[in-house]
Formats: sequence, C-alpha cells, structure tokens
Amino acid sequence: MAAIKVHGSPLSTNTLRVLAAVYEKELDHEFVLVDKSAGEHKKEHFLSTHNPFGQVPAFEDGDLKLFESRAITRYIACEYADKGTQLIYQDSKKMAITSVWMEVEGQQYEQIAAKLAWELVYKPLLLGMSADKAIVEENEPKLAKVLDIYESRLAQSKYLGGDCFTLADLHHLPTLHYLFGTQVKKLFDSRPHVSAWIADITARPAWLKALAALQSQQ
Amino acid sequence: MAIRKLYGTLGSPDTIRALASIFEHELDFEFIPIDLNAGEHKTESFLSLSPFGLVPVYQDDGLTLFESRAIMRFITHYYLKPGTELVYEVPKLQGIAATWIDVEDHQFSPPAEKLRQELVDKAKKGLPMDKEVVAEAEAKLIKVLDVYEERLTHSKYLGGDRFTSADLTHLPYLYHLMGTPVKQLFEERPNVSTWCKDILSRPCWSRVVEMVEKDKV
Repeated sequence: MAAIKVHGSPLSTNTLRVLAAVYEKELDHEFVLVDKSAGEHKKEHFLSTHNPFGQVPAFEDGDLKLFESRAITRYIACEYADKGTQLIYQDSKKMAITSVWMEVEGQQYEQIAAKLAWELVYKPLLLGMSADKAIVEENEPKLAKVLDIYESRLAQSKYLGGDCFTLADLHHLPTLHYLFGTQVKKLFDSRPHVSAWIADITARPAWLKALAALQSQQ
Repeated sequence: MAIRKLYGTLGSPDTIRALASIFEHELDFEFIPIDLNAGEHKTESFLSLSPFGLVPVYQDDGLTLFESRAIMRFITHYYLKPGTELVYEVPKLQGIAATWIDVEDHQFSPPAEKLRQELVDKAKKGLPMDKEVVAEAEAKLIKVLDVYEERLTHSKYLGGDRFTSADLTHLPYLYHLMGTPVKQLFEERPNVSTWCKDILSRPCWSRVVEMVEKDKV
C-alpha cells in the first residue's frame, strides 16, 4: 500500500493540480476517489479525517495529512526535492520570484479563470445549463488584462518563475485545460508568448499522465 | 547593500502583513507610502515594480517582490534566526504550516475582507453598511472559526507548536475586526480567543500597530 494517497474527484481542478505535481515527481501513490455527488466530502468522516472545510483534494504521506492543493504541491516539491522534476528553486532569491508568480496565479488569475470555467464548462456539463452571458462578458476582459501582464512577463523569461518550469507554471495547468475547450481560448492564442508557454507546459508528459489518471476515474 | 524598501498603504491589510513580517525579523527598512486615492499605484513607475498595480512592493538585495504572502514567505526563509524562526525547516512540519497559510488565504480572508469593507471602510467614509452582506460574511466566518477552535485544541498555534507565518498572516484582519462587533465571534470561542490574545500581544506586532495608528492621526 502506497504511503502517499491523493483523495480527490474527477473534474476537480484542485485535485488535478496535486496530481500534476505527483506525476512530475514520479511518486508512487494511491488515488482515493471521493464521491462528491454522494456528498462524501461533507460527511463527518471526511471532515474530521481529511479536510475540515469539506473540499477536495486531501493528501496523506504516511502519518502526515494535508489539504489545500497549493500547500500540498509545495510540500511535495520540498520533501521530494531530489526526485523527478525540480518544481521549486533551492536558492531563496530565485524562489522568491517563483513565489510571487505562484501568488499571482492564486490571487489574480485563478478567481477570474474559475468563474469563466464555471460558466462555460461546468454549468453546461454538470447542470445542463447555459452560461450567464453577463458574467462571461464581465470576466473575459479581466482575464485579458491579466494575460497582457503574463505576455510581458513571458517576453522576459521562458517560464513565469524564471528559466525553469516550476510550481508557478504547474498551478495554471488545470484551469487552462478546461478553458482551452471554450471561446476563451482566443485570449491565449492571440498572445504569442502566452501561447508558446501554454503549448510548452501542456505538452509535458507528466501533465498528460495526470490528466489521463483523473479522467480514468470518471 | 542597498536599503530595504517597502512601498505600501497603511490602510491595506496586505501592506500590514508585509510590515508584520519585517518587524518580526527586526529588519531595517524605509517605508514609502503609496497614495491609492491619488492613483499612485497606476503610474508607469509603480507599474514597472508591480505590474498589477498592487501594494505592497518589497525591495531587498536586488530583488523586487509584490504579493504580500510571497514577501512574507521570502523574509521568513531568507532571514532564519535559530530559535525564533517563523518556519519549520522539516518539510513535513512546514507542509502543515503551509496548509494553514492557505486556509487564511482561501477560507478566512474572503469573509474577513467583506466585513472589513462593510464595518471599517464604510464607517470611515460615513456610508451605511449592507446588513445582508454582513450577515452572510459573518455566517461564513463562524464556520471558519469553528474549524479553528477545533484545530487549536490540537496545537497551540495554527501551524504547530510554535508561532509561524500561518499565525502572522492572520494579524491584519484580526487587527481590523477586533475593533468591530465581530470581535465577539472570536471571544466566544475559548481556544480562538486565547490564540488571538497571544498573537496580538507580540511586541513586534505592537510596533506595526503603532506605525498604523500614527498614520491615522
């Protein structure tokens, strides 16, 4: 039985985020399916054992229990620094820049991207409802402004954190994946550096394995 | 070595977060106020430091950083002082602290920020609060504080048995909310109340408060 367990759900971008890191690090692990449609994540056992906020993913490594996908990926990157892909910098100052762009993903990008993904992907898929046009029209320009800043940044360095692929790039993969199947794709395609960066990171073998692994759970 | 600089706004919780980290590590620095009302954060020169126009910005040893939690993490790891570190160097213990840093970010801050806007900001501007928004935010905050109450039965601080950035990162919103009726939600939970009193009474935090209060005058 693997010491590492990822508790998660299909279609969960947060679960995908952790799986992406697990596969980049080539870690033996067990995936434990959390049945959100049955409300498993809100039941007493899950709340008291895995995540008191009733969200996926949750993570175990031996006795260690963690939640919050970006805390889990940071742990994986540090604890398994010697395995697989380097996902953080050991040098404090280089890591500081990566840390800035990790915050940008979480604070500036994710909220807008998640709103668009909800309207354009999840609502049709899960609820059979169509997107709220007003919300889409409000958030597309906001995402465009964020991507303009990414375009400038990626004109200066190959990846968001610097010369190497790190968690700052990896954290974007899940919502990018979902938005690429929607009208929002044009915002990425029309920015050459952003477009090249996306083509690069979405072609990574570990990412493709993570996607396949989660899709096989559906 | 060039002097450390913090560009910020003392009314901003993010600026106060960075200040807390700087004072905890006893770093000399120069504070450069940025006037948000005058649109100073939208000028070319500021945007060249902080492309999203965000305060605070921190400069240190050739680095320019924005996003307060990134600044906090950098200072915590760069200025390790044995015996007073705000971080665990063992990855497993640091992983636990990192979880609670993200809990503050994703669970605590959203309702706390809404309450700050309604009960602190609007009051300053002489505007009435939106009672529905306040009630909704309070209900969310209660759920979060119930989780904290349970967590703090297992450890003295959120990140473990010592004060870390997982606790420090809460100080800005605690500071604002303790001056409002929301204070009661913290006081009526014994573990949360003890934890709040403990971290708010740290000497370095008092220096931040002094700096913020002086600016209000």
